[in-house]
Amino acid sequence: MTYFIDRRANARHKSAVNRQRFLDRYRTHIKRSVEEAVNRRSITDMERGEKVSIPARDISEPVFQHGSGGKRSIIAPGNKEFVEGDRLRRPGGGGGGGSGEGSASNQGEGMDEFAFTLSREEFLDFVFDGLELPHLERKNLVDLDEVRPVRAGFTRDGVPARINIVRSMREAHARRIAMRGPIRRALREAQEALEAEERKDPVLRNPARIAELKAEVERLEKRLEAVPFIDTYDLRYNNLVNQPQPSSKAVMFCVMDVSGSMTQAHKDIAKRFFLLLYLFLERNYEKVELVFVRHHTAAKEVDEEEFFYSRETGGTIVSSALTLVDEIITDRYPPTQWNLYVAQASDGDNWDDDSLTCRDQLANTLMPRLQYFTYVEITPHAHQALWEEYEKVEAEYPERFAMRQIVEAGDIYPVFRELFRRRTVQS
Amino acid sequence: MTERKPIASGSDWNFEVLERFETEIGRLADEYRLDTYPNQIEIITTEQMMDAYASVGMPVGYHHWSFGKQFLAVEQAYRRGQMGLAYELVINSDPCIAYLMEENTLMMQVLVMAHACYGHNSFFKGNYLFRTWTDAGSIVDYLLFARRYLAECEERHGVTAVEQLLDACHALQNYGVDRYKRPSPISAEEEARRQQERSDYLQAQVNTLWSTIPGRPSEEGHQEDGDAEDPLGLHAGGRYPPEPQENLLYFIEKNAPLLAPWQREVVRIVRKLAQYFYPQRQTQVMNEGWATFWHYTLMNRLYDDGLVDEGLILEFLQSHTSVVHQPAFDSPHYSGINPYALGFAMFTDLRRICEHPTDEDRRWFPEIAGSDWLETLHFAMRNFKDESFIQQYLSPKVIRDLKLFMVLDDDRDEMLEVTAIHDDRGYQRIRDGLAVQYALSVREPNIQVWSADIRGDRSLTLRHVQDNRRPLARSVYPVMRHLHQLWGFPVKLESLEDDEVVRRYHWPLPEDEQNDA
Repeated sequence: MTYFIDRRANARHKSAVNRQRFLDRYRTHIKRSVEEAVNRRSITDMERGEKVSIPARDISEPVFQHGSGGKRSIIAPGNKEFVEGDRLRRPGGGGGGGSGEGSASNQGEGMDEFAFTLSREEFLDFVFDGLELPHLERKNLVDLDEVRPVRAGFTRDGVPARINIVRSMREAHARRIAMRGPIRRALREAQEALEAEERKDPVLRNPARIAELKAEVERLEKRLEAVPFIDTYDLRYNNLVNQPQPSSKAVMFCVMDVSGSMTQAHKDIAKRFFLLLYLFLERNYEKVELVFVRHHTAAKEVDEEEFFYSRETGGTIVSSALTLVDEIITDRYPPTQWNLYVAQASDGDNWDDDSLTCRDQLANTLMPRLQYFTYVEITPHAHQALWEEYEKVEAEYPERFAMRQIVEAGDIYPVFRELFRRRTVQS
Repeated sequence: MTERKPIASGSDWNFEVLERFETEIGRLADEYRLDTYPNQIEIITTEQMMDAYASVGMPVGYHHWSFGKQFLAVEQAYRRGQMGLAYELVINSDPCIAYLMEENTLMMQVLVMAHACYGHNSFFKGNYLFRTWTDAGSIVDYLLFARRYLAECEERHGVTAVEQLLDACHALQNYGVDRYKRPSPISAEEEARRQQERSDYLQAQVNTLWSTIPGRPSEEGHQEDGDAEDPLGLHAGGRYPPEPQENLLYFIEKNAPLLAPWQREVVRIVRKLAQYFYPQRQTQVMNEGWATFWHYTLMNRLYDDGLVDEGLILEFLQSHTSVVHQPAFDSPHYSGINPYALGFAMFTDLRRICEHPTDEDRRWFPEIAGSDWLETLHFAMRNFKDESFIQQYLSPKVIRDLKLFMVLDDDRDEMLEVTAIHDDRGYQRIRDGLAVQYALSVREPNIQVWSADIRGDRSLTLRHVQDNRRPLARSVYPVMRHLHQLWGFPVKLESLEDDEVVRRYHWPLPEDEQNDA
């Protein structure tokens, strides 16, 4: 008796719970591996999952086992040269410290690390664990495309499909009470008068009056019946109004200094920083746009390719880039609709008076419109004018402006974590 | 030569083709008198296969981080192509569940059906260990019960509490089996019904055991027998338990002073599952050897009968060869003796001894040389476990073919010594040595519950009887920690050599030793 069953459509991820429990349990180890991975990785690699390792001793599931030592015989296959009585040296120096745990492998090759692959999602979870976007805000949109109908009470007119039956019946009921009340009263009076008239001594009865009252009762009863059970006047419709939807769109401006002083290594660091930021935004917003701005003495909006690979270079005027960013915002990304982020990377070397201009521009024009501005200065040297001016901006906008120095690639991730660490709630 | 009318060719499969192959294999298996449970063949995806692997082949496992770890390891190995998944998933249940992966080629599907649905399946049904120890009809139900019960515990007591408890139980699960008593099979419903009853009763018993206030043993002269408070004489003196107990988890379930009823039930669940897997741990060589022997035989018959084409049989031979490959001890691929290779070699050789015995065979196996091969193989399959199977049937020819040799590793000698090789003087010794190597009692340290101090500090003492001076590995401390967690009071372990205690372990560690461990 044999049955074939096709289980392929069954729920996948049966192990997901176990997998998650494992990851939770070794969170700290994995985070360490992830950190190393982030620093080591090439840019295009960041989006993939990652192989991480955990020291085997930390995840071992101990059982009682024989240790090394004592006396035992081992049977092994593949004898080519030995004869009985041969004496040979212990492989691997024998008896030394460490783990000679159980298994009869004479190769002495134990498992040192437990390695496995995190999926992209898991990997990024760990990368951005405990980080958050500052001032996450959903912007209102006036744009008509972005509205969603919401219920807003009831109206007297509408299409049949939206009739609210309970409401309509309630209205009808109220109307019937209101309309039939006076008629009932009059009817009751007429009936009472009629009865009173009929109870009188037959001699005193007024037949004309009785006939009149009877006619009146009849008329009133007809009127009572004529009150409609339901009237178009009673109908109520569910009201739907279009409400503008908060948008969850973000745009990031990557502003990179490509002046002559920025070496390839500097640019690499900048790129990796932008990339982290991009991945981070991507996880927080439904839609993220990137705007690449590169500048030397003049700023220019470029595409990704050119941003990362163009070799154009020259002197430095930082404010040119800030001006351009401002223009682009005005043109294409109204702050009412977009969450605006600017990440700037530079070696901090700027044209003499320009740093002052930068500060003005930032403090007065840009910062009021931005969600967050980060500045990383990639330099092993002492800070110059730009940094000092930016410090003043930071003092003015302590929550939405952040700057850090990066000396080498290994700093990128820690700095990133610092810039985006989860803050205590502020009003 | 038979005219070839293959059922299908190429590497694609569909259900209709599989069913036709299955019918043919079933027909041939019948000829060879392979008695099996009904087969339930499930087609699953790669990921599902990895899931199944990760939960040690349990079709419905409870949740635990270690299965997640297992899953990740399997996934990693599979992605890197270090491991084929297709071969080996079959569950000892009635009906016998075998998994076929959808990515498999037609050849692999046919091979797995022969291997699992007729090889392993008939072994599960026929071998005495499985017959004695596992109840194929109720395992799936029991697993369902276990999973539901543990999920409830998690809800009630939190995931962490359950996880820690399972960690501790897993560390001791190899010591949670009865070697001599046969458990009575019960269904899941029965299990659930009894469970409540049991927890109440059990708690009452434990309470009785620990009811006296800890204190000094009674002064001399005070005879306490016939005490109304202690009718069983548990506290009257002597050691408790009176006999050493080898089933650690059972002892804990019944005696640990502080476990809550639900915790005892969890201990029991782990114990029951360990018991279920116990026969598998003792019949690896035989089980794999048997299944491999039969897939080889059945596939060849399919070819002889013209039901598969040359392409398929060539693909099969390649796959089969790699499965039964035994790397030499000095090869970088060596990782011990390959149970498929050894088992296959032995069953194949057994058939040869029956059909074409040599003089040597007649000397070594007077009773089976020249006998009916099918009868002999079935007898061997039914009545042995790895240890005794090797002791009984490992022939000089197989020893020569595998070039087996024996090395003595004595830590008092600075050199290793080759004590036997594949020659006349060595055969017997190698056969004995290999049999010992597969004896669970030698593979695992011999540890038993020695005493529970029910009148004093409630500490638990275990005894480890050393085998040839072989000490315990350092993992002893983490295991003791787990044990301590279950017991709730100090645990001790004494290592004995020739009836003398040579080493003591404690947990919790005394202050001054803390750094030492």
